[in-house]
Amino acid sequence: MTRRARLTVDPIACDGRGLCAELLPELVSLDDWGFPIITDADVPARLRSEAAAVARLCPRLALRLERASG
Amino acid sequence: MSPGSGIACPVATRPRLLPDVAGLGAVALRGHLARHGARPPCAGDWQRRQRLIGEVENAGLTGRGGAGFPTAKKLRTLAAGRRAPQVIANGVEGEPASDKDKVLLSRTPHLVIDGAVSAAELTGATEAVIVAHPAAYQAVRAAARERRAAGYDQVPVRVLEAADGFTAGEASAVLRWTERRVPAPTGRPPRLGSLGHRPALVQNVETLAHLALIMRHGASWFQSAGTPAEPGTMLVTLLGAVRRPGVYEIEPGMPVSGLLDLAGGPAQPPGALLIGGYFGTWAAAADALDLPFSAAGLSPLGARPGAGIVAVLPSSTCGLAETARLTRYLASSSAGQCGPCVFGLDAIARELERAAAGGSGDITRVRGWLRDVTGRGACHHPDGTALMAGSALRVFRDEIGLHSRGRCSATRSAGVLPIPELPS
Repeated sequence: MTRRARLTVDPIACDGRGLCAELLPELVSLDDWGFPIITDADVPARLRSEAAAVARLCPRLALRLERASG
Repeated sequence: MSPGSGIACPVATRPRLLPDVAGLGAVALRGHLARHGARPPCAGDWQRRQRLIGEVENAGLTGRGGAGFPTAKKLRTLAAGRRAPQVIANGVEGEPASDKDKVLLSRTPHLVIDGAVSAAELTGATEAVIVAHPAAYQAVRAAARERRAAGYDQVPVRVLEAADGFTAGEASAVLRWTERRVPAPTGRPPRLGSLGHRPALVQNVETLAHLALIMRHGASWFQSAGTPAEPGTMLVTLLGAVRRPGVYEIEPGMPVSGLLDLAGGPAQPPGALLIGGYFGTWAAAADALDLPFSAAGLSPLGARPGAGIVAVLPSSTCGLAETARLTRYLASSSAGQCGPCVFGLDAIARELERAAAGGSGDITRVRGWLRDVTGRGACHHPDGTALMAGSALRVFRDEIGLHSRGRCSATRSAGVLPIPELPS
């Protein structure tokens, strides 16, 4: 069993600052209004520590890295 | 429409929920008991409650608010929880096209309260709250007072007037309204509860009315109406270009054309139907009329009965203009919490309005935005809006083509579907 990590956005907390897409373009893009679209919710192992760091940096604490076994 | 503005006379089947006598007023407790008998108690030890929930499961009762989730699953989850939950009967009915919950609450409030109290006993809840649309609030309050005076219920029943607005009826918004008087979704399923808050069973009022009858008559009685996959009766609201718009009780599986016959038939040649409400699916009338009105029957159209709404758009009306109106209404109804919903729906509505007005609406961009907003709100408001608008782009293709050349097939311009006054 491998540990999996999922990247999610709390859409109510998010106000579209866009830092996540700047720092993590591999997984996050922006829609036409500057709100993040998670292009790959399943975070690959090689990006896990980066994703965790970016989640901590989100000024609205809207980006979350959720760990789940699966 | 207001409750009872149409004729609530079920013809398709012997009514189970709606009163079997004509009239507009509420059935009093005495009349209610004369028709349905006393509410059997549902409290008791764990095994007894599990057995009764098993009856709900065997009946195959599903949520009648539109999502169709199995009721027994919710009951079981909450009955097994550590904290005593609360039961909330959702009679908010924020959908302007729907009248069934208002009619049900106004005419047979005791059946809904029976169901809410039964659900409270099954889950060990400490309270049953009925959240009623303003148009039905007085009737439900009077019924609750009548029961209190008669000492009829062991579980406290509270009646709360619902907030206005389309998103106020979303389950998490109803819970938030009940607890904090904020009518906006939270994105958190009510059954989970939250810090300092009890978990809640939020269940549509029609579902609870069915539950009240299943507790009286059992699963096989419930299944003696409807189809094996979609048992029981269901309330539907028929509106638009039909002769007698209103609320009817039907058995799932009857043909869509039969539904329209119940409402006196089309008042004008039908062009398209909006099936399932403002989060529903547009279909060309010719494609839909012969299909059974059930989830299975409507699936070729990508449509679902939802909360039982069928709106008939006459062929003399422009489907694109009607869609632009609806989309603008839904965009304005956003709770305003999530960026993609606030900005995305507004952009989609603006582009559809441009196309409807014969301007250079960019439909390709609209398609992209419909994809972009889907799944990106805390609730399903953007998803439902995108579903409806997306189906319009398929069904009204010819009309979009005409508009791009500055023409329109419509001979009348007035909107058909009801839209409340928009807040400025």
